[in-house]
Amino acid sequence: MEAIAARANLLTTIRSFLWDRNIIEVQTPLLGEATVTDADVESIAVPGYGFLQTSPEYFMKRLLAAGVPDCYQLGPVFRHDEVGRWHNPEFTLLEWYRLHFDHQQLMQELAALMDVVLGPKPVKIVDYADLVDDIKAPRDELDLQFASACAELKPGRFFVVNYPPDQAALARLTETGAARFEMVIDGVEIANGYWELLDPQEHRQRFAQDVERRVQRGLPTRHVDSKFLHALDHGLPSCAGVALGVDRLLMLAMGKRHLDEVLAFRS
Amino acid sequence: MASYSTSEFKSGLKVLLEGDPCSILENEFVKPGKGQAFSRVKFRNLKTGRVWERTFKSGDSIEAADVMDTDMEYLYTDGEFWHFMRTDGSFEQLGASKAAVGDTVNWLKEQDVYVVTLWNDDPIAVTPPNFVELEVTETDPGLKGDTASGGTKPATLSTGATIKGVPLFVNIGDTLKIDTRSGEYVSRAR
Repeated sequence: MEAIAARANLLTTIRSFLWDRNIIEVQTPLLGEATVTDADVESIAVPGYGFLQTSPEYFMKRLLAAGVPDCYQLGPVFRHDEVGRWHNPEFTLLEWYRLHFDHQQLMQELAALMDVVLGPKPVKIVDYADLVDDIKAPRDELDLQFASACAELKPGRFFVVNYPPDQAALARLTETGAARFEMVIDGVEIANGYWELLDPQEHRQRFAQDVERRVQRGLPTRHVDSKFLHALDHGLPSCAGVALGVDRLLMLAMGKRHLDEVLAFRS
Repeated sequence: MASYSTSEFKSGLKVLLEGDPCSILENEFVKPGKGQAFSRVKFRNLKTGRVWERTFKSGDSIEAADVMDTDMEYLYTDGEFWHFMRTDGSFEQLGASKAAVGDTVNWLKEQDVYVVTLWNDDPIAVTPPNFVELEVTETDPGLKGDTASGGTKPATLSTGATIKGVPLFVNIGDTLKIDTRSGEYVSRAR
């Protein structure tokens, strides 16, 4: 009961924070024809329909390309086979986009939201390279070192910045690496954001790499979302976006250590 | 040999790790936002009782261990082995080593039934029931009628184990109910 009331309170706090900044709420399909190609994110297929969305990113960017202003979505997303203390196949994601922001500006806005939800506290900035032993190590070793190092980023709030270019996902590349950031609070990854890549050709190259990586790992094939590519060809305005795990934020706000304690039902 | 992949890991699963039979205590799913998934697993080594932690990539697998918990009746010890008999009607007897019996030696009573953990049919651990009843072989003389004063004394049991916290009214020859998890006196048994 306590968690249900705290969730209602958190959702209201988030919505009013975004409303005050003129960021409008949008609703995009949870069930989409296409899905992400990322080799490390597995979608849940719905035969005959498509896929439960792993994030509203592509739909929201299509809205932005069509002229929708600053916007957010707050609702469920789905990821196959992610179950644990900090994972549930269905979870609540807050994702928002700011036109003409870069990642630095969006990091400030995210920090301000955390100040409202969890109380004011400074955020330390950490370089990705400082969290791993050897930045040139193979990717699976890097992932493991990174995951272990993140778990040790506590207590307090941290921004991890300057990701290696091959971990840019859909962030732009700058001289110091990918314009991507993650927020870690008390050892838990809470949000992931980009200064968004705009170039449609570079999108195509990165998707092709994803598809190749999927083949190498023997994962199911995922077709590139042609409608998303079409929107990019039309032109995505310069923007920054971030996605935040709301169930984890609720855990932090309530001092809970297991998702079971904040979810009324588990999938 | 059967094996389990990370998605099948759950607590209680018996697996082989570096040649030793282990039981999974905890399996934590670890996944960086856009990175590969891992399982951070805590194991209890069933031979030594030590807890190990290892990290596996999602999809990795480890060999299953042929480990079974079996009810067996304790028969006797020859000083080197403690002999148990299956209760399934086969009357098969197996000898457990000192290492396998461990602290349970304090609670072994002939004809009582214990859980014997077998690895490839070899006893590697013996678990007593939560409560056992054992006879007192040595203690200070009982104080007649003193059932309420609250004083306690130590007592030695038929197994040779000494327990503390026994009420003053207990005499040699009394049978006591003991909680094997704490090694504490519970009550006098009738």
